[in-house]
Amino acid sequence: MKIDNSLPLEYSTEENRLKILGFWIFLGAEIMLFGTLFASYFTLVDRTAGGPTGAEIFEITPVLIETIVLLTSSFTIGLGIHAMRLGKQKAMMIFFGITLLLGLGFLSVEIYEFIHYVHIGAGLQTSAFTSILLTTLGTHGAHVTLGLFWGLFIMLQIKKRGLTPETANKSFIFSLYWHFLDVVWIFIFSFVYLKGMM
Amino acid sequence: MEFFDRFAVPHPSPAIYASMVAISLTALAVIAGLTHFKKWGYLWREWLTTVDHKRIGIMYLISALLMLFRGGVDAIMLRAQLATPDAKLLDAQHYNEIFTTHGVVMILFMAMPFIMALMNFVVPLQIGARDVAFPRLNALSFWLFFMGAMLFNISFVVGGSPDAGWTSYFPLAGNDFSTSVGTNYYMIAIQIAGIGTLMTGINFMTTILKMRAPGMTMMKMPMFTWSSLVANLIIVFAFPVLTVALAMGTMDRLFGTNFFTTDNGGMDMLWANLFWVWGHPEVYILILPAFGIYSEIISTFARRNLYGYKSMVYSMVVIAAYSFLVWAHHFFTMGQGALTNSIFSITTMAIAVPTGVKIFNWLFTLYKGKIEFTTPMLYAILFIPLFTLGGVTGVMLAMSAADYQYHNTMFLVAHFHNVIIPGVVFAMLAGLTYYWPKMFGFMLNEKIGKWTAWLLSIGFILAFMPMYITGLDGQARRMYTYSESTGFGPLNMVSFIGAAIMGIGFILIVYNIYYSTRYASRDISADPWDARTLEWATHTPVPEYNFAAVPQADSIEPLWDAKKKGHVLFKDKFEKIHMPNNSGMPFIIGCIFFAWGFSFVFGLWVPLIITTIGIFVTMALRSFEKDHGHYISVEKIEETETKLRGAK
Repeated sequence: MKIDNSLPLEYSTEENRLKILGFWIFLGAEIMLFGTLFASYFTLVDRTAGGPTGAEIFEITPVLIETIVLLTSSFTIGLGIHAMRLGKQKAMMIFFGITLLLGLGFLSVEIYEFIHYVHIGAGLQTSAFTSILLTTLGTHGAHVTLGLFWGLFIMLQIKKRGLTPETANKSFIFSLYWHFLDVVWIFIFSFVYLKGMM
Repeated sequence: MEFFDRFAVPHPSPAIYASMVAISLTALAVIAGLTHFKKWGYLWREWLTTVDHKRIGIMYLISALLMLFRGGVDAIMLRAQLATPDAKLLDAQHYNEIFTTHGVVMILFMAMPFIMALMNFVVPLQIGARDVAFPRLNALSFWLFFMGAMLFNISFVVGGSPDAGWTSYFPLAGNDFSTSVGTNYYMIAIQIAGIGTLMTGINFMTTILKMRAPGMTMMKMPMFTWSSLVANLIIVFAFPVLTVALAMGTMDRLFGTNFFTTDNGGMDMLWANLFWVWGHPEVYILILPAFGIYSEIISTFARRNLYGYKSMVYSMVVIAAYSFLVWAHHFFTMGQGALTNSIFSITTMAIAVPTGVKIFNWLFTLYKGKIEFTTPMLYAILFIPLFTLGGVTGVMLAMSAADYQYHNTMFLVAHFHNVIIPGVVFAMLAGLTYYWPKMFGFMLNEKIGKWTAWLLSIGFILAFMPMYITGLDGQARRMYTYSESTGFGPLNMVSFIGAAIMGIGFILIVYNIYYSTRYASRDISADPWDARTLEWATHTPVPEYNFAAVPQADSIEPLWDAKKKGHVLFKDKFEKIHMPNNSGMPFIIGCIFFAWGFSFVFGLWVPLIITTIGIFVTMALRSFEKDHGHYISVEKIEETETKLRGAK
């Protein structure tokens, strides 16, 4: 394996560079995936069929908590990658740990939110609106859940193997994924919750 | 017993029972054969665990040919049923199932893998690479496609086939009107194969963007590589839409959601829109690589460089962009109003412009060329007029006002077969014949090949031209029979005869493979067609590492320059080569996905949860695995090279 030391660790081998480009292309596909969900959401948002509307079920407090927690986690993973570039493995691990804890916090509030919706009669089967609402939120939530495990596995690997071109590459790609989930959430926050509450 | 009732076929017929017996016997024969000849180890080591793009390509090829016959048998049954008025060969339900599976199998499990086969085999060789960017992901793509295809194919003996058309429009595809598990098969099998296709898209885009030989800039890439790049770009942007649509359809059918239902606010037209937002780009995913194959073949056998290289590239990029802007032309009659229809009419007609540019480029390449009529060239020459005819009827269909006459008639069926058969199928058969010597080290018989090309063309004309007429006269598609007073009988009989002739053509392909395997000379050069691009610059059979030294490409046709202008292809000395290790993981994940899909289709929740966990566990194992591949030493390369050179 040829290692190019003039580049950051995560870009230092040919394989690493391929993986980063491949992941960006994957994120392009993810944009289409969420784009399709948003388009379907806007199509179905007013089709409540006598069931609750967004304005009736959305509550600002849990949503704000979710937003702040997730945005902060995007900041901390950025710090983690910065620490990685400086070669500070311990600081990086701490920031990654905080990121995952914040992710877990986000997920807990979201699960609470889902239970609340079902409790007040806005379940998956209630109307086209609730179907697409819970599917869009659920797809994002499933991505966060997957990210928690993925991030944890990467931390375990760094603990075992240290910062190598391979683990640095995985961490960097994971950070791209995590930032992407944040961007998606910003759209959910603006166009699902805020627009729905107006 | 109630539990097992769900696995029974809802509309059994003697043909289905016969198929069950035939499938079981074939499976037993394969298992017995592998055991008797002690080939299990060989199968596992050399094929099931391979990550070599060439072998994966060949596996795609075998799957595509198998599916061609599965879909072909469906086609013959459909035409036989319609050959005479009031025929009783198939009942309505059985007919519905057959036209549904014919469509899905031919588009997704025949044409797609055929293109993947050529892409896998050719693209890395054409750009002078050792493999694709992510070899193991490539294997996983194949196994997901394969397991999706297998899951779809068992539907007709376990639980019943889908019967709502390959477009599977809701509410017809909903639980109220499609009560068997057939449509579950549709939703889940295509989902599994689609995930594989998306991975291929990412893989090949990365490969083509990052792994080209030194000197090969974007505008020096061979045309098939360009067409593959554009097709894979479309895959990456179109397939996620299908993923979402299929997931919603699955949830509607199994979890009682209301996306496409007719009550509780659901919107059936949302499915139609999402399906075609994927579906129309999908036809360009099929046709662009076909155009790429024709460009290679026409340039090789006209002995001229491709006319208008840049306009070829730009027209493909324009086609790719337009492909996302025309989807509503599939349902002009379904109520979106005159303004929307007019816009989609115009975008649809506009696609004819870049396509026309390509047709003229091929004609100008042929002009003053020294044309050599080999089998691949014969397909290409037959393609140009036949495909143009299909394009012209496409422009007819694009006129939304007139479409009220054509919509859902045999005219439409004739149109899309007219673009897909001469466009995609002929291209794939031409590509198969063209690349066969590189894949297997001998050439297919030219005489049988030309017979095949002519039989397919004549059969095609007889089978589909009458449909234009009956369609304009009002024969609806997907109707399992018609009365004698309609007068459609004689023309439908002609169609049946045409279909039968095409059937003979396809059987001849198999005979040709058999005949050539037995009798063709193994003593052929690495460049038997006197071609122009890098894939012909390495040995036949292609060594594991493709190129012993990295080739230098300074023009669109580096091999031609090497032959005629003294361009030096291989400047470097041999160096040790890094290669990926084989892995059983993709095959195992594929198998788990098959079990997952089967559990999902039948709503077996406990196995579904277990297999879901299984999928994530294998992903986690992969994450923790350390696999840095292996090196092929310089001595080993020299040994292989000497051996391969000596064989010439």
